[in-house]
Amino acid sequence: MAVIVNPLIVCQDMWKVYRVGDVTVQALRGVSLTIEQGEFVAIMGSSGSGKSTLMNILGCLDKPSQGHYWLDGADTGSLRSDQLAEIRNQQIGFVFQSFNLIPRTSALENAQLPLFYRGLPLRQQRALAAAALERVGLRGREEHSPTQLSGGQQQRVAIARALVATPSLLLADEPTGNLDTQSSREIMDILSALNQEGMTVILVTHENDVAACAAREVVIKDGQIQSDRVTKAKIHVAEA
Amino acid sequence: MFTWLTIVTALRILRRNRLRAGLTLLGIVIGVAAVIAMVSIGEGAKQAVQKQIASMGTNVILIWPSGTTVGGVRGAQGGAVTLTVGDAVDLKKKVHVLTDTGWYTRGAMQIVNGSQNWNCSVYGTSPSYLTIRDWSYSSGGAFTQADLDSAARVAILGQTVVENLFDHGEEPVGAAIRINNVPFRVIGVFSPKGQSAQGWDQDDVVFIPYSTAERKVLGTQFLGSVGAIAASTARSEDLETAVEDIRSVMRARHRLQGEQPDDFTIRTQVDMGKVQEGTSETLTVMLMVIASVSLLVGGIGIMNILLVSVTERTREIGIRMAVGAKRVHIMTQFLIEAMTLGVVGGFIGVLVGILAARLTTIIAGWPTIISSDAVVIAFIFSVAVGLFFGLYPANKAARLNPIEALRYE
Repeated sequence: MAVIVNPLIVCQDMWKVYRVGDVTVQALRGVSLTIEQGEFVAIMGSSGSGKSTLMNILGCLDKPSQGHYWLDGADTGSLRSDQLAEIRNQQIGFVFQSFNLIPRTSALENAQLPLFYRGLPLRQQRALAAAALERVGLRGREEHSPTQLSGGQQQRVAIARALVATPSLLLADEPTGNLDTQSSREIMDILSALNQEGMTVILVTHENDVAACAAREVVIKDGQIQSDRVTKAKIHVAEA
Repeated sequence: MFTWLTIVTALRILRRNRLRAGLTLLGIVIGVAAVIAMVSIGEGAKQAVQKQIASMGTNVILIWPSGTTVGGVRGAQGGAVTLTVGDAVDLKKKVHVLTDTGWYTRGAMQIVNGSQNWNCSVYGTSPSYLTIRDWSYSSGGAFTQADLDSAARVAILGQTVVENLFDHGEEPVGAAIRINNVPFRVIGVFSPKGQSAQGWDQDDVVFIPYSTAERKVLGTQFLGSVGAIAASTARSEDLETAVEDIRSVMRARHRLQGEQPDDFTIRTQVDMGKVQEGTSETLTVMLMVIASVSLLVGGIGIMNILLVSVTERTREIGIRMAVGAKRVHIMTQFLIEAMTLGVVGGFIGVLVGILAARLTTIIAGWPTIISSDAVVIAFIFSVAVGLFFGLYPANKAARLNPIEALRYE
């Protein structure tokens, strides 16, 4: 029996135009993209290619100037900033290159943050955040502040924060950019494992070996999709 | 839930920057403390004035002769002698709201006790005048109607006179003194009343019976003429009707025609108090305004520190927005921080203000009254100041663009 699954992401002829003084910058020039639930996509491109802009739009931090972006069937172009905030809270987990943890705040509280804005009871927030930290292998480090953690550990806290709210989409922007090889491996392993469990992961990177973890590679150049190819057959988790 | 956690977060953020938060608080603390201390001093001054007014006696009406106009030349108030003992007696009979009337005549005289001498005001009064003006005695007592009838040579001395005529420890009551070379026996000493509202020493007086003064010491311009008449009513509400009744009785007695002006002036204690109270009221308002300005400056301090905080934590705000904080969340966070500064500053300010007021009383000896109204208002005001000056920074934080905020270095 064929199960019809709506694509998680549908982009249709998206343009993004900035005005910087008198200069008009076309960051995106007609991007169309469809990503199914459970995919592991790497978006590649040199700096200035427009990949960060695409990432911001996919993450509902920004809206396209033209065209449409449907996330899970909802057209984000028509939403107000508070509604976008709610979508980010419910459906999207972010992992940034520079970790972006709140300073002088414990790992547990950093991981709690999305649940805090969801208004969950404190006890539940703590339990879920502790579970998420355990999931990324940081059990026993709950009370450590970011400065007491290594780069790799900080990024793992960030991943715990991204997945604590069980989002449908995990957006990782150069997640290994500030890490050594060993830590990079660990982070990519975690992301791969999450994808194996069915989470949609979009990875923005310019490193080929990082992109190699993904099953699909989208290359952006000058605000347009230059190539879009499947690099690995999707591995289906056996339900045995 | 959200609010509570935000308060906890705000407190932690403030604790993180203890010195900075402390210095910011200082502005509010000084503002609130100033308001409370100033109002306490103002209230204290007001009560001191009220006490002074009360020292004149309760529900007192005073009647003086008016200035005279002779051939177009106007004399000063009290210059003419138009009031008589007869007026006073008649007023008591005809104006029913009056409980009593009294009268006095006055002159400056030389008082001698042994080798000491002193010059002061000598009042020849009716015994009723003493009760109307509410004099009390530190030793001895008042003269009586019998003393008045017999023109007895008895005197009551004020505290200042006693100090100047008697050695320390010497008992004045029973002593023989001479007033204008007439021998008198001291029968009482007044309790000190202190300075009058007009600034003269109310204790620098000697009281003798009116009849004695008239016949033996001061003399009068004509038989039964008095310097002023005092009257009292049982209730302060009766003062107004009493004044009206007194005026008509006096006009009839003095045979004044319709057009002629009064040849006397009536003043009540309320009239006399008004000026003084107005002064201290102005003082309180002025102190309050000055103190409010310092509270305002404290508020600007809060705004300043929050603006710094918003800039410093731009990235944090970006992170919070990325994980789903709505504008109202960010706004609330900063407002609560501002209000926390207001609440904590207000609380400490109240304590410091009360302390300052107490110290003012102890060190400078000024009377202060800590009014609970001022405490409550100052506290609410400090929280409101925090809220008001927090609005702009909080709004600025909430309007940040999450992308730019995340990229902020």
